[in-house]
Amino acid sequence: MSTQLLSERAAVRRRSRRARAVASLGPATMLGGVAWAFLQPYRVTLLHPHGQGFWWLAIEPPLLVVLAGIVFAFLVAPSVIEDLETYEEGQ
Amino acid sequence: MQPPAEFVHWMFATGLVLVGLCLAAQAIVGDEVWRRRAWRAYLWPGLAFTMGVLMFPVMVFFTNSTIHMLAHGSWAQVMMLSGAAELGLVRGKLHSRYWRLTMPLAFAVSGAAFLIHEQNSWFFARAAFLHHLIGWTLIVGALFPLVTIFRPSSAVWRSAFALTFVVLGVMLYCDRDVAPVFGHLSPLAGQQHR
Repeated sequence: MSTQLLSERAAVRRRSRRARAVASLGPATMLGGVAWAFLQPYRVTLLHPHGQGFWWLAIEPPLLVVLAGIVFAFLVAPSVIEDLETYEEGQ
Repeated sequence: MQPPAEFVHWMFATGLVLVGLCLAAQAIVGDEVWRRRAWRAYLWPGLAFTMGVLMFPVMVFFTNSTIHMLAHGSWAQVMMLSGAAELGLVRGKLHSRYWRLTMPLAFAVSGAAFLIHEQNSWFFARAAFLHHLIGWTLIVGALFPLVTIFRPSSAVWRSAFALTFVVLGVMLYCDRDVAPVFGHLSPLAGQQHR
């Protein structure tokens, strides 16, 4: 197998790794928020809402982390991956 | 209806995490791909600028001493400056890469403001610990955006820059009203709330 073909395959593998890395940022963030919710369930006041005020029900840190992951995964990452793949094909 | 201060910290933490995620993606795919869509090019600088603007009401409504107010005011100004400089560069209104020096400047000024306005020692309470930790993180972290100005294609430095925002977000998420840190809480700090 020629070294040129090997290097091209390595380049394709590297590029696909980049796409996978971008795709994993959002889910990794969401996973961090979910892990936090399991570690400190009392931070998720929706689980025990009785007697809680508006802010304790509206702003819950583990859910904010999950929300940040969702926003990135669904609003930002898809277009980045699409443009990255177009760019790599052009290369 | 005004939220307690810790909620405001958590909302800003979410903004920092989003900026960090955008910077991480930009570091991975490179500027050329990241800026293929105009809205994306403006995304994190716009977010940084907006957070700077929103810091002003925080300065007005959530501070209880002059030095505290000045610290929040300095964060507002440097966040707006660094966000606006990046917006200007992306839009093409600014040309010199040295405008990016506003970001390490923002880190250094913010870190100094954290350290100067915290009057108590590390283990006084959780808030004091976080002020010291965030302050030193910002001072040391200023190195990352500084290096990326001179080595813009280095994924390592750019990833470290992105990660700094995520770490700062995590630290802000750790903020509580009056809470101990590693079991330490000075009796002068008041009654533990949460």
